Amino acid sequence: MTQIVPGGASHDEFPGNDVVPRPAGVPDRFENPGLPEHRPRLADIDRKAARRAELQVSLFFVLSSAGTVLTIVGYFVFKLDGASATELEASNFLIGFGLFLTLFGIGVGAVHWAKTLMPDHEMIEERHAVESTPQTKADAAEIIADGIDESGIRRRPLILASLGGALAIAPLPAIVLLKDTGPNPGDSLRTTLWANGVRLVQDPTRNPVRASDIVLGSIFHVLPEGLTVESEYDYLEEKAKAAAIVIRLEVSEVAEEARPGSYAGLVAYSKICTHMGCSVALYEQTTQHLLCPCHQSTFDLRQNCKVIFGPAKRALPQLPIGVDDEGYLLATGGLAGTPGPSFWELG
Amino acid sequence: MIAIMRHRRHRLALPLLLLVGLFAAGLLYSAIVPRAVASTEPSTAVADPDNAEQVAYGRELFLSNCSTCHGFNAEGGDVADGNQVSGPSLIGVGAASVDFQVGTGRMPLQATGPQAPKRMPQYPDDQVKAMAAYIASLAPGPAIPEDRWLDPAGGDPGAGGEIFRVNCAMCHNFAGSGGALTQGKYAPSLRDVAPTHVYSAMLTGPQSMPVFGDDNITPQQKQDIIAYLDEVTTESSPGGLSLGLLGPVSEGLVGWVVGIGGLIACAVWLGAKSS
Amino acid sequence: MTTTAPASRPAVPRATKRTTVDKLADFADSRIGAAQIVKGSARKIFPDHWSFMLGEVALYSFVILLLSGVFLTFFYIPSAGLVQYDGAYEPLRGQWVSESYASTVDISWDVRGGLLMRQIHHWAALIFVAATIVHMARVFFTGAFRKPRELNWVIGALLALLAVFEGFAGYSLPDDLLSGTGLRIASAIILAIPIIGSYMSFWVFGGQFPGESFIPRLYTIHVLLLPAIMLALIAAHLFLVVLHKHTQYPGPGRTNKNVVGYPLLPVYAAKAGGFFFIVFGVIALMAATMQINPIWLYGPYDPSPITAGSQPDWYMGFLDGAVRMMPGWLEFQIGGYTLSGQTLIPALILPGLLTGLLVMYPWIEQWATGDRREHHLLDRPRNAPTRTGLGVMGLTFYCILWANGGNDIIATEFNLSINDITWFTRIFLIVLPPLAFVITKRICLGLQRRDRERVLHGKETGEVFRLESGETLERHEPLPEAERWLLVQHDGYTPIEAASATDANGVRRPGTPFDGVKRRLSRFYFGDAVLPVTPAELAAAHAVQGGHEAIGNGGTDHAISGSADVARTGATRLDH
Repeated sequence: MTQIVPGGASHDEFPGNDVVPRPAGVPDRFENPGLPEHRPRLADIDRKAARRAELQVSLFFVLSSAGTVLTIVGYFVFKLDGASATELEASNFLIGFGLFLTLFGIGVGAVHWAKTLMPDHEMIEERHAVESTPQTKADAAEIIADGIDESGIRRRPLILASLGGALAIAPLPAIVLLKDTGPNPGDSLRTTLWANGVRLVQDPTRNPVRASDIVLGSIFHVLPEGLTVESEYDYLEEKAKAAAIVIRLEVSEVAEEARPGSYAGLVAYSKICTHMGCSVALYEQTTQHLLCPCHQSTFDLRQNCKVIFGPAKRALPQLPIGVDDEGYLLATGGLAGTPGPSFWELG
Repeated sequence: MIAIMRHRRHRLALPLLLLVGLFAAGLLYSAIVPRAVASTEPSTAVADPDNAEQVAYGRELFLSNCSTCHGFNAEGGDVADGNQVSGPSLIGVGAASVDFQVGTGRMPLQATGPQAPKRMPQYPDDQVKAMAAYIASLAPGPAIPEDRWLDPAGGDPGAGGEIFRVNCAMCHNFAGSGGALTQGKYAPSLRDVAPTHVYSAMLTGPQSMPVFGDDNITPQQKQDIIAYLDEVTTESSPGGLSLGLLGPVSEGLVGWVVGIGGLIACAVWLGAKSS
Repeated sequence: MTTTAPASRPAVPRATKRTTVDKLADFADSRIGAAQIVKGSARKIFPDHWSFMLGEVALYSFVILLLSGVFLTFFYIPSAGLVQYDGAYEPLRGQWVSESYASTVDISWDVRGGLLMRQIHHWAALIFVAATIVHMARVFFTGAFRKPRELNWVIGALLALLAVFEGFAGYSLPDDLLSGTGLRIASAIILAIPIIGSYMSFWVFGGQFPGESFIPRLYTIHVLLLPAIMLALIAAHLFLVVLHKHTQYPGPGRTNKNVVGYPLLPVYAAKAGGFFFIVFGVIALMAATMQINPIWLYGPYDPSPITAGSQPDWYMGFLDGAVRMMPGWLEFQIGGYTLSGQTLIPALILPGLLTGLLVMYPWIEQWATGDRREHHLLDRPRNAPTRTGLGVMGLTFYCILWANGGNDIIATEFNLSINDITWFTRIFLIVLPPLAFVITKRICLGLQRRDRERVLHGKETGEVFRLESGETLERHEPLPEAERWLLVQHDGYTPIEAASATDANGVRRPGTPFDGVKRRLSRFYFGDAVLPVTPAELAAAHAVQGGHEAIGNGGTDHAISGSADVARTGATRLDH
């Protein structure tokens, strides 16, 4: 058993104290000296100090009332009809500061009142043990035993068994009924709007992109043609899988595996981070790296967007591109991998 | 004994002294250290590569200030290849690049590091324009933008905001407060940047920044971005102090320090015995 | 004055006139027995210390959240359907945004006081979670979670967890670029769950991300489900506080069997009631002067754009930091299936473990100490060195993760490389917490020894005198009783001794396989405990000049005078 030396109780064995001869009459442990003498406050003994405190408390309450007025005035002063930022700031401040005065005034007044004027004699209340007495516990146990006995459940195992079975499966409908909260994923995590022949258009203008528009060191943010708010597609959902970027590298910089899908040094990749789906949009022109701002996954364009730092694992899937007869860029196939975060069935 | 020295053993004497010392040091620092000023105010000077006098003047300036890194003919080089100089070639970078780099004080490069920081510009605007004219005369490149594209009033901040969020916010932050890149590089704050430098930076793609040619972001769109930045950086924050417009990190810091700190202070006052 | 005849009913003192208050009181009493309630509770005693206000800060912020939240619900539209914004904020005019985003921008720019209410709501949320954690820390470090309050600790831990989710749901409702990115990350975490992940993600979001269901569902969760559960838990939490009565710090006059403080009526009604207004006032001041969550600047959520400095609100920062720290090679292919360890570990396993440890802690400590008594007196943190060390270790771990959540802001503001910061925090996470534990524990033990010294030697008076022999001594004044009591009132613990294999009658003592673990845990907790001074030791100190060696070192090692043991055990050499 852990040796505990409880305060105030005598204890026979106290290893640290064995060597110390205990003089007669000296107790085991120190005694609680009891509540210290009450120290009166200034307001308790000095009439003028009490009066001063009273005035201070009242002043806070009056300040609160002033604040209420300020709040209401502030509300009506600024109409906020096509407001400028300055007007909104003034309105916010007036109403807010008024509210602060209203509340803080009452609060400080009440607390100051309690601190200076209300009696501050420390009072003592006895605690009762939370644990019940043995008699009460025995009584309670008996009551429960009687109750169970009277229910007869012990004598009727059939009832018990069938009740148990019923209760066990009763919550199942709650789970099953939630099934319609969403469809099964099916194929949708892997399929995007990108396919052979789909033009690349710029985000957000929706202008098609010429291969010659893209100079060395620039980045174009693109979407599949036809993906607009008014289209029949689930706009944001498809955008969240199809958003892509096009960058021009030197032809010699394009990775071996990326060559077939590239066009004269232009490479396109999915913009959706394979870690947690943020937009990998930070393009560092000098190092040819793509950085995701969420968790700093870094992808190397010269290595087919392989991950070189951070928590992502899979490379960004390449979007194979070519040009049509007018020189506009288009996709020559779907993404060379699943865009976005990994999931169990990814394979 | 001076009157104030009577209080030298007061328990607040040391903290107060520290505060005075800190304040004095800060004051001294701000008085001595040159403040990074906004980029050079554009003057009426124009960089004209056909103006032989300006080009010659620019060449002189270039030779004495820039050639040690960029080569006598601005051809650049790399020490690794056995060259004497180590700096990128400036042939074809255009007047806009020079106006941006030199006009914002990034060049001449003060010290090597992950990135050239913005500093106090080292040359008056007419000299900057002269150097720009010289570089522009070497080979065609992006020109300094015309004034008509630079007036925030001529741009739509709404359209600018949309384009800014797709192309710029990921590096520079939604309000242009700046952001981190890898290995110590960063996208600087866009506060107090002259419209001409905003435009030139987009056009020339300095350091890690991509090049946003006019086929990518059209001149009107660039002007829209300038209008958006003007609004965001000069407009007051309607909610009160902007807290740097850095997002939840600064808000959390303030919430803890001011909110919890302040409330604990109130609680301590509440629990203390009145005198 | 009364007659001696038997009265048909008890004598009722007849007042000259019954006031309205009397009538109201009678009304309340005959319907709910108000007099009993008043008698039982109006003069309840509550102990006074500022650190007991921290839970109140959390409680009041919750109330403020409810009040400001109701205002917001009158104007906010929980729909993800796309509309073209046409409100007061010019730069957004004509753009396709969700109705929830548009309505939130309207609250900010078109509704008078709307921006103020949004800001009050958001600042209050930050303060609510912060106060919950500070309160939890206070309870932990003072040992207030011990019997009979373990259940209240569990309720509190659950409340803290729910508060974080509630906050996340709340700031995701405006559907702006920043919080939408956070939801994207949440969907990725759900996707990463093995076997059922993709199905769960589609059920939660009603289809592909982002879907149209998540805003209305989040709204229900944020406005109805979680507040209801939290209200119930808070009610239970407060009920238990009243039932158990509040703990108190040790001191003269305070015992384990009493409560010393001030009565509810009038002192605490004024102080606690006033404090509500103070908290509300401070939050209102913050909302009036400091901008928070300017969603009109972030723009509507769109999967294509993103902002630098994408962080969740501070209370989820530790999860973000944990995710940023992970290396990518933790993703495995197992027989055609993908297991994303670098997502599961920081986002699900880590918070699960932390919550589990937190919830189980009272029982872990009870198991190690074997102490099953009721505790109503708080511990001074120094008197529980191992617990305090563990707490600081936990906080260090948490804070390193939290700091890494803002590593890109740190990199920008202090001109550092985020890659370096990530590496440093990876190493710090392993190295610093155990270091913090050791340092904290040593500091506590040192403070305890200093307390012993103060009791045994008294206070230094600064009066130095010189003996005839030339020795200079400083006069020490013995501590006054009240001050001394604080330093000696605590219990000393010693580790569990290994019980012998057989008991007194030679019968084999049944043990469990965990006995060895329990003993080791007990030694970990109390192996180098410093015990409080006893009157005998004090008497010995006073009685014998140079009898220092007779005093124990307060530890479990026996300090034998003159033996090498003294040097080895580092006994308190009471040197002058």
